[in-house]
Amino acid sequence: MKTIEQFRVVLRNVGLIDPESIDEYIAHDGYSALEKVISEMSPEDVVEEVKRSELRGRGGAGFPTGRKWEFTAKADSDQKYIICNADEGEPGTFKDRGIMEGDPHSILEGMLIAGYATGANKGYIYIRGEYALSIKRLQKAIDDAKEYGLLGENILGSGFSFDVEIRKGAGSYNCGEETALMESIEGKRGEPRKKPPYPPTYGLWGKPTVINNVETLANIPPIIVNGADWFKDIGVEGSRGTKVFNLMGDINWKGVVEIPFGTPLSDIVMSMGKGVKDGKKLKAVVLGGVSGSLITPEELNTPVDFNSLARIEAGPGSGSIVVLDETRCIVDVARDIAYFFRHESCGKCTPCRVGTDEMYRIIDRISKGEGKERDIDTLENLGKSMMLTAFCGLGQTAPNVILQSLKKFRDEWLSHIREKRCPVDVCKVS
Amino acid sequence: MKESGFIEELHEIQKREEKNYLMKKDIVEAARHHQITPARAYGVATFYTMFSVQPRGRHIIRVCRNLSCHLAGAEKIVEKLKETLGVDFGQTTEDGEFTLEESSCLGMCSLSPAMMIDDVPYGNLTPEKIPEILEEVRRREK
Repeated sequence: MKTIEQFRVVLRNVGLIDPESIDEYIAHDGYSALEKVISEMSPEDVVEEVKRSELRGRGGAGFPTGRKWEFTAKADSDQKYIICNADEGEPGTFKDRGIMEGDPHSILEGMLIAGYATGANKGYIYIRGEYALSIKRLQKAIDDAKEYGLLGENILGSGFSFDVEIRKGAGSYNCGEETALMESIEGKRGEPRKKPPYPPTYGLWGKPTVINNVETLANIPPIIVNGADWFKDIGVEGSRGTKVFNLMGDINWKGVVEIPFGTPLSDIVMSMGKGVKDGKKLKAVVLGGVSGSLITPEELNTPVDFNSLARIEAGPGSGSIVVLDETRCIVDVARDIAYFFRHESCGKCTPCRVGTDEMYRIIDRISKGEGKERDIDTLENLGKSMMLTAFCGLGQTAPNVILQSLKKFRDEWLSHIREKRCPVDVCKVS
Repeated sequence: MKESGFIEELHEIQKREEKNYLMKKDIVEAARHHQITPARAYGVATFYTMFSVQPRGRHIIRVCRNLSCHLAGAEKIVEKLKETLGVDFGQTTEDGEFTLEESSCLGMCSLSPAMMIDDVPYGNLTPEKIPEILEEVRRREK
């Protein structure tokens, strides 16, 4: 079997250094990027370097990070903020937790550089409340960095000041949506705001705010130290650098891997994940989280990068890869996904609040053998209208995997309806 | 507008309370602190799943049923928890020790099925392990 090597940029220190030791981080070139920007680069240079690197956000949407920073840098305001979005909650995703627990200083350093580049002097790390160890490690990192003069007033005698505080979530998937997250920091219900205006010019407390995902920020220090050209050599056109993925489901090896963009999905699943468990056949892969996409075995050779995946209506999403073997029922998977969204819809807009509930009820009915053939049409129409009319990303992406399953595994749905039979005997069809 | 987090304060209040919940008078008090209306404060307290406005047990069990855990047999774990504790979701055991809650993904997918009890994660669960874990937590101080 072909051996695929990992390529570690984001996870360069994870598992190698003691995450609670700032000295070990510094010994591995930690904070040298901060030192470099402060002593050798102007804020404009930093924005330019990040833009040139073509780094795209790693939270799912893939927006160019340098452009985000530029909007905030150019915004005229007495106060600006940097937010690290560490509200990881997409089912099947734990990459950010790995970075926070394994290399917390890399995130702080990324935030400091973002602050320097955009003129912000205050940062917040919004971590979901369930991630107790991540919170503890990041707090220790903040305390140690302050003690070393790397955070706080007049950093390294440069006149640049930057402070970071942790904000703990309280259990809401929707707070991963950037404007809902800001509402939550402001002490409100985690409901999304209307966009535009967008956060880079009107964010936290109405001030210009850069909000980046954990993995995005951890990419910043190596880009600064090694340069944008080095970064652009990794990956492919339109998707530079690496991507961290989580492997799980019916796979022989579960865990976290980092690959250069452009690596075929089949290499990740079959080589790094050591193939489908117990020698069974692959049925499908849920890629990029339950709001992501459903990949069939025929599509498995697709290179993992933004452009190649877009051609099959997919994307790297949250970085989650859930493998389903031949014994899994697609209706059962869809039902579990619908159940999740019904629970997490914040209730602000009707398409999502009612749509997620209706979707679950229809799928539940089908899984029990009580479905009607017109239910398929209803699900498709409902899903499409949610994608068009829901207020935020939650409702717009909730139907993704379900709709793709209707298209790619239609016979299996129809067996449940017409023959009142689950072909793989998972659903309790009456 | 106060910059210190209102949600942080609710976390603190709930942590102090032995029954793991937010009392009405405390929510109103915190609202005054932050210069927001009691109605808005109550809206916040009831929005987030980690907060409760009803008394709960000394220990909160959060069990995940999302995709990775579902595939790994989360239903069996849920059944065993319900059977061992004699409660359904959202209910507290008679001795006031445990409240059973369902949670969205806990980010422990490579160790699925998984749950958390208070701040402690438990992964690679089997129904057989459940009684043992509950016993151990019972003996632990909160």
